Amino acid sequence: MIMRREILPLSIFLAFAVLPLLGNFGSDAFILSIVTRVMIFAIAAVSLDLILGYGALVSFGHAAFLGIGAYAVGILSAHGIREAAIQIPAALIVSALFALLTGAISLRTKGIYFIMITLAFGQMAYFFAVSLAAYGGDDGMTLPGRSLFFGYDIAQSERAFYFLVFACLIAVYAACRMIVTSRFGRVIRGARENPQRMEAIGFSLFAYQLTIYVIAGTLCGLAGFLLANQTQFVSPAYMTWQRSGELIVMVLLGGLGSLNGAILGAAAFLLLEEGLSHFTEYWKLYFGPFLVLVVLFARGGLMGGFKRLTGTGDGR
Amino acid sequence: MSLTLLYVQTLNGLQLGVLLFLIAAGLTLVFGVMDFVNLAHGVQYMIGAYLAAMFTALTGNFFFGLALALPSALLFGLLLEFFIFRHLYARDHLDQVLATFGIILTLNQAVKVIWGAAPLSVPIPEIFSGSVVLMPGLLYPVWRLVIIASGLAIALLLGILVTKTRIGMLVRAGATNAPMVSALGVDIGRLFMIVFGFGAMLAGFAGAMVAPILSVEPGMGDNLLILTFVVIVIGGIGSIRGAFIAALMVGLVDTLGRSFGPSILRAFLDPAAAAQTGRALAPMLIYILMAAVLFFRPAGLFPAKK
Repeated sequence: MIMRREILPLSIFLAFAVLPLLGNFGSDAFILSIVTRVMIFAIAAVSLDLILGYGALVSFGHAAFLGIGAYAVGILSAHGIREAAIQIPAALIVSALFALLTGAISLRTKGIYFIMITLAFGQMAYFFAVSLAAYGGDDGMTLPGRSLFFGYDIAQSERAFYFLVFACLIAVYAACRMIVTSRFGRVIRGARENPQRMEAIGFSLFAYQLTIYVIAGTLCGLAGFLLANQTQFVSPAYMTWQRSGELIVMVLLGGLGSLNGAILGAAAFLLLEEGLSHFTEYWKLYFGPFLVLVVLFARGGLMGGFKRLTGTGDGR
Repeated sequence: MSLTLLYVQTLNGLQLGVLLFLIAAGLTLVFGVMDFVNLAHGVQYMIGAYLAAMFTALTGNFFFGLALALPSALLFGLLLEFFIFRHLYARDHLDQVLATFGIILTLNQAVKVIWGAAPLSVPIPEIFSGSVVLMPGLLYPVWRLVIIASGLAIALLLGILVTKTRIGMLVRAGATNAPMVSALGVDIGRLFMIVFGFGAMLAGFAGAMVAPILSVEPGMGDNLLILTFVVIVIGGIGSIRGAFIAALMVGLVDTLGRSFGPSILRAFLDPAAAAQTGRALAPMLIYILMAAVLFFRPAGLFPAKK
């Protein structure tokens, strides 16, 4: 028996699964590559939701991890190492270390100061990437091709790459779902609701929050690896503060703290961007007011609307 | 020779600092008094620059342009407050971030539609054009000095306004504890509106003043906005004094770091490595400064909230 609250994630994943089977989409596989992009950003948004929605830790520098994952691919490829079995661990380890270091400092602060200090670290990562003259500096660098998997060039076809990203999304979603329902996840949520009380019961919140921060950063590093592979291009533009802001917007647009919302938000954001820019060069002129209206009249984002429609309770 | 460069760069740093202060003053009050995260504050600066450019072109005189641009920037700020922002004060910070992010997107695009994507240029007013010799061998543009002087004058006026007048007292009280001020019978909604409009006008003034030396283009407020947030966080949210000191610090550190960082590093590293690290380090300096300040004082240098 499928419970009501499982309908939404199942239908999202079903839609992703059947899309490539529906047709050939021509040679450039335009739609396929857009949906691949949606899934990559969904991974990043889900990882952000882990700290933003469940931990109430508003990170304004999350795009740094996207960039770190991408640069792991770019820098290793530039030295002739195109093997994903080396690139992926490198991307994840560097992301985790960056998260550990910056998280340990950032978590000393609270509220708006946390937002600003994560922004500061994001900007440092951005300027560091700009200064990497050997790897393209400001302009970025083009990759020789997609990563090899155990020596095989299997991700070259759009369709194969699509399923690779899809598998990553499912794995990340499942891992996050397990984390938030575990005892560890309940401590994180407890800290969101009432940190004083959690401390009083005897939890050292710093260690818990640092752990979730590192997990979120690492998962976003994976999204960075995939993004670099999709575009076959790496540049500091992946880490601008606007990109971090867009990630927050995706999560908020979908609805905080449900994981499903992050996927919906990423899809809504990118598809609206793509769709509107087809009709008009000035798509932001419509997208901007849309965001304002969502805040003013649709509390809880798309998930809030979905819950009101189906009458499901708190989907957390 | 190098000393002259130091003076010039110090003046440039001061000018950036003053500019940041004009924008930060409004932002820190809006944040401190209303607990409202306004990402769209940088857009007010851009609007100020565009209005000044438009009215200057229309009247043929920068000062008439400025005189028309300031009330228009004020009016624009008040309209935004009336239609959108006042419905967001009671919401949490994230809702405010989302809505004001939407406003940034909209207005950046709107100026592109109205005034075109190409940068506009505004001529420097005739009497303040050219350069002046400050010291033997030190030539400095007059207009930049005017910006510094007017910024410092406004900082002084603002200081007097905040510490000596009744409205200033209410603003300070509001930054410390807004619900209590409201409970004591002050119309907090009106106070919010005044603070907001005033902040918008100051940001617009900053935009108008730099219009002659920078190119007026869409998105010009975006990066300055982030610097401004750095300033108010270092200074302590809600504190005008903190914003002033932090703005000058950030302006000087950023400007001097960019121009002298590589040559200072050359004393320790070989030239190629110094140039490379210098380029990497210089833009990061202010963020390192902010992280360091927050590490030792998690609520900034002069926090208004007790």
